[in-house]
Amino acid sequence: MLKRTPFHAFHVSAGAKLVDFAGWEMPLLYRSVVDEHVQTRTSGSLFDVSHMGRLQFTGPDAQAFLQRVLTRNIADQQVGQSRYSLVCNHAGGTLDDVILSRDAQRWLVVCNAANRDKLVRHFTDLRRQWSMDFDLADQTEATAMLALQGPRVMDRLATAIPGDLKALKRYHFQTVSLMLVSGLVFRSGYTGEDGVEIIFPASVASMAIQMLGGALDRPDATIKPAGLAARDTLRLEAGMPLYGHELTEAIDPLSAGLGWAVDLAKDFVGVEALRRIKADGPKRRLVGLELDGRRIARQGSAVLLNGAAVGEVTSGTLSPTLQKSIAMAYVDAAHSAEGTALSVDLKGQACAAKVVKLPFYRRPAQ
Amino acid sequence: MSAPGDRKYLQTHEWHKLEGNIVTIGITQFAADELTDITYVSLPKVGTKVSAGKPFGEIESVKATADLISGVSGTVIEVNSALVQNPGLVNQDPYVGGWMVKVQIASPAEMDKLMPLDDYLKAVGQ
Repeated sequence: MLKRTPFHAFHVSAGAKLVDFAGWEMPLLYRSVVDEHVQTRTSGSLFDVSHMGRLQFTGPDAQAFLQRVLTRNIADQQVGQSRYSLVCNHAGGTLDDVILSRDAQRWLVVCNAANRDKLVRHFTDLRRQWSMDFDLADQTEATAMLALQGPRVMDRLATAIPGDLKALKRYHFQTVSLMLVSGLVFRSGYTGEDGVEIIFPASVASMAIQMLGGALDRPDATIKPAGLAARDTLRLEAGMPLYGHELTEAIDPLSAGLGWAVDLAKDFVGVEALRRIKADGPKRRLVGLELDGRRIARQGSAVLLNGAAVGEVTSGTLSPTLQKSIAMAYVDAAHSAEGTALSVDLKGQACAAKVVKLPFYRRPAQ
Repeated sequence: MSAPGDRKYLQTHEWHKLEGNIVTIGITQFAADELTDITYVSLPKVGTKVSAGKPFGEIESVKATADLISGVSGTVIEVNSALVQNPGLVNQDPYVGGWMVKVQIASPAEMDKLMPLDDYLKAVGQ
């Protein structure tokens, strides 16, 4: 039996095509992937991301514990700040990528739906092993989470959410009162656009979606619902990794180009392995590829140099914004420089490709 | 638009419309919807021989790549070149503007082996 988010009835009434995603029945799309993608880049979209894990840490050792399991230094993280980080295994492989937020009396980890149970086990095992004193509460199913993303979202929300949202800096959050209950509003997202992510009690979900979205079903609505398929093409244009594609337990964050989120000067699970990788240099690196023509490179397609495999595609799509076939791939470090001419094996046909800078898309300065 | 009754179908979602000894082939709305936004259609050159049950081209969407299967044997006499520039036509208008190839066939009896509309709808659970 698939789990349902508090917005299930909304998805059905909005005509969503629902699919199984990590054990959750989630909207793949409502209208069309390209339409929802363009809506997000030009105006605004509302995404149900309630399937993502929300883990709360409280108690005396919470910060010290998180400092030892996350790759990012959190010693100087202020109340009201969020930070992207990785959770690694002892070999330096990536168990998950998460966002850690510091609230007044607690820490909140937002993790991938597919990795939630694994992370809870990992954290619980280490807590026992290290005899540390803190509570870990899985709040995923008691809360709901929405992402509102797009260039017109902040203006539209100014009328719906109390407080000065525009003063909220990127990767910061604040507590707001929504319908007499308190929620958290984060200036963050996974689309490459400005916008917010909001967490609030599951009990007020249906009222919240009415208030935040307004008339979502009007053809000229500022904010319309968008599904997981558009979320994927948006994050790919924005060069953001997706767990299970660019990140896995066999891939370390340094090879993934996430060295900025790894503090090798501190002690954490996986640090010895990552220091070795840093010293030797990653054997392969995550790169952006632009392919000739309109064909799409799929996860697992071989990347070739003079007919020999030098890498593997992790994600690909036809970029709705750029109208180009784009992909991310791991390529031998020797062939990962920008401008390198490679090809991609598309079901037996070699398609010309070149290494390009990530991200593929950056939102215009406002 | 629901699938039209004036043509025959394959379980792999291709429709076949016979006029004289020419069969026009495309894919159903159900298939186009399942694929989601179609980004690329690869079609054979005019003059290519196609065989019943064999692929004659490929179709790609944001989501997946699939073979296009012909239900009949013959020679391609025309391809829908509009799909090169505008593959989304297959999503918007799969039964008219989104047609793919016209095949001249030797034996119209081949059409008898394909599914009528009712059987196709049952096969896809509609």
